[in-house]
Amino acid sequence: MLTSLVLASTESDLLAARNQMALTLGYHIIIACFGVAFPAMIFVAHRRAIRLNDDTYLELARRWSKVAAVLFAIGAVTGTVLSFEMGLLWPELMSTYGDVMGLAFALEGVSFFIEAIFIGIYLYGWDRLPPKLHSLMLVPIMMAGASGTFFVLSVNAWMNSPTGFDTITNAAGEIEVINVDPLAAIFNSAVGLQYVHMLLAAYMVVAFSVAATYAIGILRGRNDRHHRIGLLIPLAFACVVTPIQPAIGHFAGQRIADEQPIKLAAIEGLATTESEVPTIIGGYYDGEKVVGGIEIPIPGLASFLAQNSFDAEIVGLDAVPEEDRPPVNIVRTSFGIMVMIGTALVGLVAWFGWSWWRRRKRPESKWFLRAVALSGPAAVVALEAGWITTEVGRQPWVVNGLLRTEDAVTDAEWIWASFGVITAVYALITVAGISVLRSMTRRWRDGEKHLHTPYGPPEQLADAPQPVEVG
Amino acid sequence: MELADAVALIMFIGVIAYAVFAGADFGSGIWDLGAGDAEQGGPTRRLVDHAIGPVWEANHVWLIFVLVFLWTGFPEAFGSIMSTLYVPFCFVALGIVFRGCGFAFRKFSDDLASARLFGTAFAAASLITPFFLGMVTGAIASGRVPGEGVGDRWTSWTGPTSWVGGALAVLTCAFLSAVFLAADAERLGHAELTERFRRRAMVMAIITGVAALAGVAPLRLDAPTLSDRLLGRGVVFMFGSAAAGLLSLWLLHRRQFHLARGAAVAAVVAVVAGWGVAQYPWVLVDEMTIAEAAGSSATLWGLLIAFGIAAVLVLPPLAYLFWLTDKSVLGTEFSAGE
Ligand code: HDD
Ligand code: HEM
Ligand code: HEM
Repeated sequence: MLTSLVLASTESDLLAARNQMALTLGYHIIIACFGVAFPAMIFVAHRRAIRLNDDTYLELARRWSKVAAVLFAIGAVTGTVLSFEMGLLWPELMSTYGDVMGLAFALEGVSFFIEAIFIGIYLYGWDRLPPKLHSLMLVPIMMAGASGTFFVLSVNAWMNSPTGFDTITNAAGEIEVINVDPLAAIFNSAVGLQYVHMLLAAYMVVAFSVAATYAIGILRGRNDRHHRIGLLIPLAFACVVTPIQPAIGHFAGQRIADEQPIKLAAIEGLATTESEVPTIIGGYYDGEKVVGGIEIPIPGLASFLAQNSFDAEIVGLDAVPEEDRPPVNIVRTSFGIMVMIGTALVGLVAWFGWSWWRRRKRPESKWFLRAVALSGPAAVVALEAGWITTEVGRQPWVVNGLLRTEDAVTDAEWIWASFGVITAVYALITVAGISVLRSMTRRWRDGEKHLHTPYGPPEQLADAPQPVEVG
Repeated sequence: MELADAVALIMFIGVIAYAVFAGADFGSGIWDLGAGDAEQGGPTRRLVDHAIGPVWEANHVWLIFVLVFLWTGFPEAFGSIMSTLYVPFCFVALGIVFRGCGFAFRKFSDDLASARLFGTAFAAASLITPFFLGMVTGAIASGRVPGEGVGDRWTSWTGPTSWVGGALAVLTCAFLSAVFLAADAERLGHAELTERFRRRAMVMAIITGVAALAGVAPLRLDAPTLSDRLLGRGVVFMFGSAAAGLLSLWLLHRRQFHLARGAAVAAVVAVVAGWGVAQYPWVLVDEMTIAEAAGSSATLWGLLIAFGIAAVLVLPPLAYLFWLTDKSVLGTEFSAGE
């Protein structure tokens, strides 16, 4: 493949393009988590409803599936925007490396096809398909969600750790990609850890968000069986996945130490290559060192965490020229936020697990419910912080060490305008989506079993013999 | 057949599938837009909901399929297309966002005002999206997207061929969906809606046919490469399409909706296939051939294998979904409110 030489756009357009990419990705990823992990929770509720012949579980599964219907739609359309943007914003990335990393996208497409098909069958199958068969429709959705995530993460991991091709510079001085090995590109050395870390993150985000919703309900005095079970199912999921997450994150950090040492240097705020590096929590990197943080009194802890040895050497930012370094404080702060939240969430599930183990009950304290109510937004913040660490930490490269972001961007002049429009549109769908979800819960609380779509004047709807039934 | 040709063929099958299935969904939105006020439009909107609710997300994925095949199989062509056609693709993306969200939100809104708001977003976006996709097609077909670098970001997609493409895309969607909705209404036993959509389908069949004929003149002037071949080796498809269109008209007249639906699909498939045949071997007409644009052969093989996997894993459940929808096993309780 030849890179056609497009004029580099201005600094400002590059910033706009980055902002637009970050906004749309950061948005999609939250919704996508629900596509990956929510079906598993609905499955548990639905199967228990069938096995125990229990109406509370059934009602939960039904309501969750309707919430999922709204979120799936947002997930599908925001994902499509991303597919467009890969070409609209980063044409040079796609025309040079499209055939190296594209196969993973194709397999992701297969996964989402399967997901969309079974979502259609499940969402519209209520009361129509035999219950057992109906609940089994969730299985392909869960599998496709997990495999789709693998393939997208594979693309991102490839950008961090590009393999599966060679480059030569041709007579015209352009970079040419040869000897493409798409399988080697898919199974690059970063994908394993990034995938598991993301999959767990998706389950954490959904588990804590759903649990938070019911915790708030209980705090507001709706302490019925519906709310108790609605709280327990996601907390059970959280107990399984949360404790594993820091361990996977730790290994992800070790991978960075090997393959992207400058990203690690930014995370640590380490100006020069040193051994026996301590770990400093918080603080601000002033261009030479971290000031104002708290040093953990274990000498060489950071060296140990990164390289398994207390006197190991960690590469500093000065190993590369100034223009090849990422913005240190963004990377460092977001990493710190992620780790802090991850640790706190492990504490939260430990509290719950301890109480459950001793008394078969969740902690009685109101503080527990308050903590759960906070855990939902916290998990989302950790997710975003993790992605900012990964993506900003890779700068200035879009393909690590090979293609600079500024060389990949489009030369269109109106990126600020398109960023503005996208921001407005996403704000709009967020407000609309939240208001629809709130109106759904309000009607459920008022005892409406089936939600009716108002297509005529309200009075006509009221005495229509057989109003339209949704789901 | 060359490897790259095989990949292009598969990609093009995706284009046809998208045109037919998503086309019918878009068309339903267009009829929804023109269904009238809340009282008048209620029955039509319920029918639209019933018809596309379970399938629209799956039908939408064909677009992703085409995009991914394009950037993986023909990366440089993808880069040129997206850079040159930045503006119309932004409209398509916005249309897709508003359509999907509008449709999903309307279904769960609790009062008429918000249902109306979301419904309008859904319906208007159903009109805008195929129109701009048609304009994009016209830009490529008339040779305005360069193989190297970036074409003019305004004039490339506003030539005569683009207008023809946009108009035909909208008309085709409206025609297809009218036939589909007539068949659905009949199956659900709603005589009045059946009649209404039968009439509309017949009118649209004629308008679309006339528009296609009228479009030949600007195409001759504006897109000589394409129109030469369209009237050359593509002419079989054009006649085939016209014959299928007439057949569907006759079947609609005789109220054989099931068969009419098949004929309407055949008419659309034939037009799109005719365009593909006429465009071969160009990916970007006059600028870049399939062979020139092709990515690495290992990746092309990978795409063929991915397609094989998709055929085994996706097509059977997709057929199951359509079967369930067609038998009304899935979907909302349909009552037009009488
Ligand atoms: C719920 C979310 C969540 C939580 C609690 C954590 N992470 Fe994380 N982290 C992510 C969600 C995340 C992510 C999904 O956002 C990222 C971005 C890219 C990726 O693969 O996972 C990520 C990336 C990421 C990276 C960068 C990987 C790379 O650039 O290749 C490291 C080193 C860690 N994490 C380490 C940790 C540690 C040590 C944690 C300990 C508590 C932790 N994470 C908790
Ligand atoms: C970490 C990153 C990502 C994850 C975990 C993820 C996951 C998902 C999931 C689960 C869905 C299904 C949506 C639903 O039904 O709720 C989805 C949809 C989609 N995603 Fe993402 N995604 C990620 C990033 C991306 C990126 C970078 C792109 C494109 C460049 C993308 C393109 C798409 C597309 C096109 C769809 C729509 C498929 C459909 O029509 O159903 N995604 N994504
Ligand atoms: C698999 C999924 C992903 C892919 C393929 C992907 C791809 C990209 C690309 C092509 C860019 C622009 C080039 C660059 O700045 O290096 C980018 C930047 C960025 N992405 Fe990702 N991304 C993914 C997931 C995410 C997610 C989920 C987030 C969530 C917040 C995210 C946050 C960002 C940010 C903040 C930037 C801007 C970085 C900067 O310019 O400083 N990415 N990503």
